[in-house]
Amino acid sequence: MTREEIKSRGEDEKMMDAPQINNNPKPEESFNVNYLRIYYGNLFPYTDLHKWLSYGHDGKHPGCDEYYFGRREFSFTLENDVYLRYKSFKTASSMEDAIKSSFPYKIDIGAVYSVDPDKRHAYSQTGTNVFTPVERELVFDIDITDYDDVRYCCSGADVCSKCWPLMTVAIKVIHTSLTEDFGFKHILWVFSGRRGVHCWVCDPKARRMTNEQRSAVAEYFRVYKGNENNARKVVLMGYSLHPFLARSYVDYLKGFFEGELQATQSIFSSKDKYEKILEMISDEDIQSELREKWENSAARSSLSEEAISLVRWEQLKNTLQSKKHKAPTLRMCVEEIVFTFTYPRIDLEVSKQMNHLLKAPFCVHPKTGRVCVPIDPNNCDEFDPLAVPTLPQLIEEINSGGSRMDVDDDEEDSDRSLLGKSIKFFRSSFLEPLLKSCKEEIETSYKTKIGKSKDSFSW
Amino acid sequence: MRDPDGSVMLNKDIISHFVLRLVYCRSDELKKWFLSMETALFRHRFRLQNFEAQRAIVGEFGLPYKAVTGAELEGLKERLGQVVRSLGQISPTVEAVYYKVPFEEVPDLVASRRVLIQKGYAFVAGSQLVSLVVTQFRSHISKALILTNRKWTTTIREREKDRLTPVVEALSTSYLGPDYSQSTEYAEISLKDIDQVAKSCFPLCMRHLFEKVREDHHLKHGGRMQLGLFLKGVGLKLDDALAFWRAEFTKKVGSERFDKEYAYAIRHNYGKEGKRTDYTPYACQKIISSAPGAGDHHGCPYRHFSEDNLRAALGRMGLSSRAMEDVMDKVRNKHYQLACTFTFEAVYGTSCDAGINHPNQYFEESQKILKSKTPPAPV
Repeated sequence: MTREEIKSRGEDEKMMDAPQINNNPKPEESFNVNYLRIYYGNLFPYTDLHKWLSYGHDGKHPGCDEYYFGRREFSFTLENDVYLRYKSFKTASSMEDAIKSSFPYKIDIGAVYSVDPDKRHAYSQTGTNVFTPVERELVFDIDITDYDDVRYCCSGADVCSKCWPLMTVAIKVIHTSLTEDFGFKHILWVFSGRRGVHCWVCDPKARRMTNEQRSAVAEYFRVYKGNENNARKVVLMGYSLHPFLARSYVDYLKGFFEGELQATQSIFSSKDKYEKILEMISDEDIQSELREKWENSAARSSLSEEAISLVRWEQLKNTLQSKKHKAPTLRMCVEEIVFTFTYPRIDLEVSKQMNHLLKAPFCVHPKTGRVCVPIDPNNCDEFDPLAVPTLPQLIEEINSGGSRMDVDDDEEDSDRSLLGKSIKFFRSSFLEPLLKSCKEEIETSYKTKIGKSKDSFSW
Repeated sequence: MRDPDGSVMLNKDIISHFVLRLVYCRSDELKKWFLSMETALFRHRFRLQNFEAQRAIVGEFGLPYKAVTGAELEGLKERLGQVVRSLGQISPTVEAVYYKVPFEEVPDLVASRRVLIQKGYAFVAGSQLVSLVVTQFRSHISKALILTNRKWTTTIREREKDRLTPVVEALSTSYLGPDYSQSTEYAEISLKDIDQVAKSCFPLCMRHLFEKVREDHHLKHGGRMQLGLFLKGVGLKLDDALAFWRAEFTKKVGSERFDKEYAYAIRHNYGKEGKRTDYTPYACQKIISSAPGAGDHHGCPYRHFSEDNLRAALGRMGLSSRAMEDVMDKVRNKHYQLACTFTFEAVYGTSCDAGINHPNQYFEESQKILKSKTPPAPV
């Protein structure tokens, strides 16, 4: 029996030859155009994406802007690396048709512009009808390759259960700040498919932020400054930490550093490793004192790597505690070390500009075949990047389960399917509260507008 | 009692501001420069005022900010104290007056973590009031510049072509200096000489980037921009540039990926793609204020390198220990461009009175010196 393509969403599915599935598919086997066709044909949540990005402008309320969705930029990256920007769609079905006719390897979401992106050339660049971004979510991108200098288990594109917790801590720190400090309410965290996380802040206030304001928030979050050219990449001046940093340290970073990180990375256990930390101490004498202690103890120790690391950390803390008055740069050296290893490193450029594109949730990563599923920030400890559904797994499920993988199915079915759980979470924790609040806002601003025009008629 | 000198000065001040608006509204780069200078001047003048005068100015802007008092202030006191201490004051003197302001209105205070933020509001101390008004001021001038530009291009420029227009057009070029977007007679290099030229004529920032490209066969985006535009300014033609980057990058990423991912950006820099802007090489000011992160090699070594790394790099340039101390002294005092100037003087044994403020300037000056030392090639 030959493989048959799914032609349109209306048709019944036909049984396909199950792809050769094994439990740990090699990268080449987990992503290809045929799998993508099936995914986009059956599983991709078009309606949810459209509902989200319409922010309540569904045309049902007189205050709706029915052209809002059509002014959003999308970009497609196709099979042969062809990159198509400034795509826009008037409706959910035109978006769906476009995706199903080109099966993009990657879909990016850009800003909402002043005019339809695909008609931008019709407008001049000066005067009042300029083509310019008008709204865009506040976004963050955290990629574990930016932590390569502090993780010893993997490097580059790899990620494992030992280093992924760095992402978990990053989510906790940033999410807490976004809600507590900035008062944002509608935040979506998404797995980037391989080695990082994306964050979409969707409050109306956030979407209307200027580039300067986005830059300010990104800089507020920035602590790590540097690269291989400087030794002390985290510099904490002053006599105390800013309340945001203090809370992050006390609630998340300190515990993580002294607990899980030591267990998985053993950052003091070898000379190479501890030299890196000694370099962060801006006092030669203290460095030498600790270096001597550790060189001498290295041979004699029968403790595990983790235990050695913990002992040395205690020694370092004690030494610095007694000597920190020697220089201002030593005052918060302990905290600096903890921050260097654990504090989130966001990609500033992604957050600063409204026109920056970011990968859409529920895309599939071409290198891993994994779906970019949402992550629950309140349960991010439980998230395992290596257990995220892959294309082969999803297709196997379609074939063997026999149940229709219709994403509009009711709740009971969705709990049993691989992707259903993620979609359910997306809807209940993010989409529904967001739409409720959007509708309220549309209602309110409509009433205000009507009220104003009524006033202008009053005598 | 009016001070006649005072009012003359005031008039000159006002007139010069509006003349500058005419001069600097005409392009994005000019606008950006003017906004940053004018905002700095405003900030400086605001700070010179006493607190009452400052509050009056805040009032003039019509900003509806409420002071935080009583129980609310009490509840925040401890964390406000932490903010003060984090800024370097050992004993936290929490001021008497704090304003509760949406965080969007004080981006610079947010960015530098100089305020407590809670549920979307920043708590701005009386002494930080300047940030509140600066944002308003900047936005006001920015909008005014757009209007001025519109008026300039549609009516004023033509109408004033015998009076103001020549003055306006002369003023902007004489302030900003050459932008090195067109290479001059001193700046033309070919691919086969490039390693030698890099060693002998490039400023440290570009030497470092160049060395890293040769070493790692890769550079991240910031480095590609900084070095790529510099090379354009020194006269490397587009085809040679493509050949150079391709030769290095293909060792790591392969020829197909190079064509797909990197060639476009190089052509873009030369104004051959997209909106076809011919991008200008970065001046020192821009490079110094950049923020190299993990894996980056761009930026200004005098600012961004640790002392050890900088000494090592200067040693490789052949600086004597005496010269190195002079340079490091400048670095410690954060005079990064002077440090680079001292390096130049030490390397070429000649003084550079103008001071280095652009990497391409460094290159051209060094070329001038080297060419004056070598006899012309036989015909």
